Amino acid sequence: MTSGMRIGVVTFPGSLDDRDAVRAVRIAGGEAVALWHADANLHSVDAVVLPGGFSYGDYLRCGAIARFAPVMTPLVDAAKGGMPILGICNGFQVLCESHLLPGALVRNDHLHFICRDQKLRVESTSTAWTSEFEVSQEIVIPLKNGEGGYVADEKTLDQLEAEGRIVARYLDVNPNGSRRDIAGITNERGNVVGLMPHPEHAVESLTGPTTDGLGFFTSVLTSLVNR
Amino acid sequence: MSRHVDTVTDAAADPNAAQPFAELGLKPDEYQQIREILGRRPTSAELAMYSVMWSEHCSYKSSKVHLSQFGDKKPQTDILLVGIGENAGVVDIGDGWAVTFKVESHNHPSYVEPYQGAATGIGGIVRDILSMGARPVAVMDPLRFGAADHPDTRRVLPGVVAGIGGYGNCLGLPNIGGEVVFDSSYQGNPLVNALCVGTMRHEDIHLASAKGVGNLVVLYGAKTGGDGIGGVSVLASETFDEGGPAKRPSVQVGDPFMEKLLIECTLEVLHAGLVEGIQDLGGAGISCATSELASNGEGGMHVRLDAVPLRDATLTPEEILMSESQERMCAVVTPEKIDAFLGICRKWDVTADVIGEVTSTGRLVIEWHGEIIVDVPPRTVAHDGPVYNRPLARPDWQDALTASGSSNLARPTTAAEIRDTVLTMVASPNLAAKTWITSQYDRYVLGNTVLAQPEDSGMVRVDEVTGRGVAVSTDCNGRFAKLDPYNGAKLALAEAYRNVAATGAAPLAVTNCLNFGSPEDPAVMWQFSEAVRGLADGCLELGTPVTGGNVSFYNQTGDTAIHPTPVVGVLGVIEDVNKRTPMGFSAAGDVVLLLGETRDEFDGSEWAHVVHGHLGGVPPQVDLAAEMVLAALLVDLGGRGVLTAAHDLSDGGVAQALVEMALRRGVGVTISLLADTDAFVALFSESTARAIVTVSPANVDIAISAAAAAGVVVTRMGSVADAGSDMVIDNIAGSSVTLSLDELSQASEATLPALFG
Amino acid sequence: MARVVVDVLLKPEILDPQGKAVEGALGRLGLSGVSSVRQGKTFTIDVDGDVDEARLAQLHELAGSLLSNPVIEDYSIREVTA
Repeated sequence: MTSGMRIGVVTFPGSLDDRDAVRAVRIAGGEAVALWHADANLHSVDAVVLPGGFSYGDYLRCGAIARFAPVMTPLVDAAKGGMPILGICNGFQVLCESHLLPGALVRNDHLHFICRDQKLRVESTSTAWTSEFEVSQEIVIPLKNGEGGYVADEKTLDQLEAEGRIVARYLDVNPNGSRRDIAGITNERGNVVGLMPHPEHAVESLTGPTTDGLGFFTSVLTSLVNR
Repeated sequence: MSRHVDTVTDAAADPNAAQPFAELGLKPDEYQQIREILGRRPTSAELAMYSVMWSEHCSYKSSKVHLSQFGDKKPQTDILLVGIGENAGVVDIGDGWAVTFKVESHNHPSYVEPYQGAATGIGGIVRDILSMGARPVAVMDPLRFGAADHPDTRRVLPGVVAGIGGYGNCLGLPNIGGEVVFDSSYQGNPLVNALCVGTMRHEDIHLASAKGVGNLVVLYGAKTGGDGIGGVSVLASETFDEGGPAKRPSVQVGDPFMEKLLIECTLEVLHAGLVEGIQDLGGAGISCATSELASNGEGGMHVRLDAVPLRDATLTPEEILMSESQERMCAVVTPEKIDAFLGICRKWDVTADVIGEVTSTGRLVIEWHGEIIVDVPPRTVAHDGPVYNRPLARPDWQDALTASGSSNLARPTTAAEIRDTVLTMVASPNLAAKTWITSQYDRYVLGNTVLAQPEDSGMVRVDEVTGRGVAVSTDCNGRFAKLDPYNGAKLALAEAYRNVAATGAAPLAVTNCLNFGSPEDPAVMWQFSEAVRGLADGCLELGTPVTGGNVSFYNQTGDTAIHPTPVVGVLGVIEDVNKRTPMGFSAAGDVVLLLGETRDEFDGSEWAHVVHGHLGGVPPQVDLAAEMVLAALLVDLGGRGVLTAAHDLSDGGVAQALVEMALRRGVGVTISLLADTDAFVALFSESTARAIVTVSPANVDIAISAAAAAGVVVTRMGSVADAGSDMVIDNIAGSSVTLSLDELSQASEATLPALFG
Repeated sequence: MARVVVDVLLKPEILDPQGKAVEGALGRLGLSGVSSVRQGKTFTIDVDGDVDEARLAQLHELAGSLLSNPVIEDYSIREVTA
């Protein structure tokens, strides 16, 4: 049912987890389509993943240069038109720099890069990327970042809470100083999701702490079929 | 003000011009040798090239005569696709896959500038692997620092760890293992060794040779600046007029983003079949790359140095030749393919310039704006440098050290004392959890990491369809090597070999990073020659060839050298990574078995070091035949699914291993020592060729008979308990010791954060 | 040719852990009486010709969209002698 759905995965210079995102899409049953940053064309994909990594070396600010890449022009339009977009880690940073999502990601409060298996609570299942989870479901997926602290002004944070747009929150340990323990958020429409931890690293029990990450990718495939 | 460049014509015309060869590190006889090779005095550029290429670091002049043993004593094996002498060795791992791996040092720069020293160390070893035609897939970092609580360790360690993480994470390479050792021997000379593993198909192997007269030499990657130019500034100041530039920086600064682009660009040009030969630029930069490529190919090359793209337009030709700017590679490309090659570089936004071509003259000729400043036979620069036979002498303190064993040191005897000892050991810096460090490294990127620290080896999946994978471990106990360099090297090899086998991979090949003091000290040279002899003999006996490695000399402050530290890396292959054996206790009821024999051996042990600050005697007996038998058993039982966990025994002995196995997944254990056993010896001795394994009750007989058939002593120790339950050891001096997992975890995890924050 | 300097600082309400780390270090190095340290960035931009109104408008556009992230940073522009 879900095969044949084309999920684009963008590669910017310095993207690192693009290969893993491609693998996750494939394991979930979708067709992964590689999208090149310099190509202003989404090639008829049904959804897009902006993967983790250090696009442009994280120079200037994380995601600040990538957001001006040619591929981002059709992507921003598609996002506004309702196409599901998932930004993971560096991808989340690009989405915030592009103003497709509110707030920003800043340096971890303890100033170190941290890689750990992170417990999360999924709080919204109304997005294209989380529909297969249960509300308040607890999952464990890897987190790895140096600039993962989510910040926004109080008004924005209150609005996100009130509108149920906090997609996932950190449990047990806040690994980076994110306000209100926010690990992921969505836009008003629920098609654009930014997530700091890496679901694409929790899709095979051989290499991940769990397979809890697969839900993000199967959700979008189901959402697309049901649209 | 333009500066007059010293040309070949000038050199022929004024043979008696004074030259600063001594300041550049050349001996008078070496300088004479250069004059004889060239038939005239060298130009400043040639002098710079020879001085750097004939330095210890580049020419291995003090170590060559000893390292030849790795070739002379090479075991018979068909797995070596590329042997010693190239950038890195390449090993056949089956199914048409090949793996290249190597470990290198960046010790001195890391003491000067910890972050950049360590970062550029990673950068350098990754480029070595890349230049063999492989995709780098993982890194490891064997690290050694001074005393854990010393203020200077506080200065160095966090920077080194941040640098390794900062560079490796940005490249997208998982860090799958390494070591952290604290010893005051390394206080002024921390050791930062870096290992990289790369994978490729057999047909992708590329070598550093310039073949095909008329083929073009392309320099690509970062632009060249004044990084890493040390003594060569002497030349600049010698010939500059007043108002010349300030002294050049000697610290190299890395740009991991540039290296990531370099990796992708290089792999693309290699896979498109556009490259005839390739070399990375490391120590001695362009001098090294051009002379090595030329030596290994037709023997001739012509270079236009002014075609090198510069970050700093004021660099002199000598400085350009010596620059150690990072993230640069050199490729040899046919004229028909150059446009395609340059097109791929443009796609990745990588600067690329044709700087010369391969010739048939047998000479390396370098021009600067039309004038010839270098005209040398390349082999004399790259390969036929001086070979020293440095004097060696067993140190006069060695006998006294050997005689001063640990048998008189006060030992814990009661259960309470043993309990305290366990907690003290677990919390000691060398045995404490390294989480504070390893959580700064990405272990997940590329999605193929099957095992990573604190497991016994780092294991990565190479083939996603068949599950074929490789495992690597690096080890060295510097204290053992100080007590006995010959056996100490064998012990390092044995430990790495055992660690690979414990995870279920069959050991195949070896790399090494030999960290020693000054070669001008006969005692150090003796330690070096003994260690190399031990490693070569050990590899022959185990059947695992040395594929390549690195030597780092001059690790000493004043007269005190570091402990001789021959770090050994062993690589093994596993046919299906799904069958690997992890180290943590898992199922309650699993039977815990000790494989191997325990003897009363505490000289050089972690216990003697931690509790008594004592180092003396003879290291634990090494028995490579027993290691082979144990390893084969572990690989066989692991592959057949009989083992639910396996952990090798080394520092801290049985007690430390049990604690690590329990804390791994938070599962306790109940152990009963045999009646009439000396509990202290049983728990803390560091006898070799031992491992602890767990098997389900249904498989106990299979495991025990397999061990018996192999001639391996088996001791039934106890059973794995429920998740969260305590570690209990019965039969200690008629009593019992209970340690909760919380207590053990606190002791283990608190140490490093308390020291380094 | 003209030279323009763009200074970028985190907005006052944004936590600056790097600034805090530097503040701590200053204290340990013996500099007393330091009440706050904020860490920012400086961009030195050399442009052809003069910085007229049109040029300045361009630079403001650049400073507000690329050089700084207006969600968390403020910027200021000044011209200096090259």
